[in-house]
Amino acid sequence: MIVWRAIAAALLVITGPALLAGEIPPDARRSGYSFMGPDTRAMQDDDTSNPGMLFVLDGEALWGKKTGDAGKACADCHGDARGSMKGVAARYPAFDRQLGRPVTLDQRINLCRANQQQTTPLPYESRDLLALSAFVAHQSRGVPITAGDDPELKPFVQQGHDLFMQREGQLNLACTNCHDDNFDKRLAGAPITQAQPTGYPLYRLEWQTLGSIERRLRSCMSGVRAQAYDYGSPELVALELYLMSRARGLPMETPAVRP
Amino acid sequence: MARTTVHIAALIAAGLALSWAANADELAPYEITGDGIPDSLTGSPGDAARGRALVLARTTTCILCHSGPFPETRFQGDLAPDLSGAGNRWTASQLRLRLVDAARFNPDTIMPSYYRNDGLVRVGRNFAGKPILSAAEIEDIVAFLAALRD
Repeated sequence: MIVWRAIAAALLVITGPALLAGEIPPDARRSGYSFMGPDTRAMQDDDTSNPGMLFVLDGEALWGKKTGDAGKACADCHGDARGSMKGVAARYPAFDRQLGRPVTLDQRINLCRANQQQTTPLPYESRDLLALSAFVAHQSRGVPITAGDDPELKPFVQQGHDLFMQREGQLNLACTNCHDDNFDKRLAGAPITQAQPTGYPLYRLEWQTLGSIERRLRSCMSGVRAQAYDYGSPELVALELYLMSRARGLPMETPAVRP
Repeated sequence: MARTTVHIAALIAAGLALSWAANADELAPYEITGDGIPDSLTGSPGDAARGRALVLARTTTCILCHSGPFPETRFQGDLAPDLSGAGNRWTASQLRLRLVDAARFNPDTIMPSYYRNDGLVRVGRNFAGKPILSAAEIEDIVAFLAALRD
């Protein structure tokens, strides 16, 4: 009996979660890094030239700064982020049992600010929120992504998958049309990636700043001339969750650099 | 009071619906014969020189996916066939229908239907009710592609 259980458990580990239709199998999954030229790779690889590291340093300072009516810093509850935050971002978006839905790392930071620090939320894409997110996610650099494993998340992963497959906008294109079916080809001369969200928040040379995955998703939606979902909307959270679960096993790179 | 609110809401909704309808461009009617649209959408022939400029303009989206005999730009796509020699492979009639509604031939194609303004999901506010290309733009591009011979 125990032997059979052990075999069943081993099989589960080997096969991992079932692939959804049309998904890229684990051994074919590639970070956006592998689609970049040598200069951009070098910029990401060297912490002294990676502009995202400036945000990570800002985030480290914010981590230790007391704020809000409670006069508490992140560090007062969570201690040294190098230990307490290691691997956390690789599991986000995560299911929040009180809210009954997945929350992103940005939303978790703002929930902590509201509930523990008793202060106002940081606006999406604000420098402080990106810096804190980058600092927390940086502690997971090299950790394989496992987001979406929580069984409670299943319907939300499915929702994100459905949105990924949904054609929309005036150009009537779905994410899958480019990022499952045509990665490695060129759109207006630029390589199309697999859309594996391994390095968010990341420094995009086109933006000249750090940005969240939600900013990236909204810009793809504008590209197909669709009405972009609002920051923090259930749809963007579901898409982020699906993309993270689709990237299962790839190592985190935050802060990544992308063209 | 509650009823008045409902009435006002209904009036506002009706007003919005009317203004949307007014914004929606009327598409020129066209007739499909065989695998093409033989007649010009505007009733007159397009201008091939303007068509070339349109194909190269990123806003028309052609060059994002297609490549072609355009030595002046390296920003060309390879998601779709090279346009070189398109005039050898297709008639103007066939090119017109492929621009108007490529999905008619293959519902899974990634090529958008350039002359369509309904049945789409979550179209951005600036684009709602409008086709990607106007009838005149389609005619100019058809004139250019039909003349594009090896």
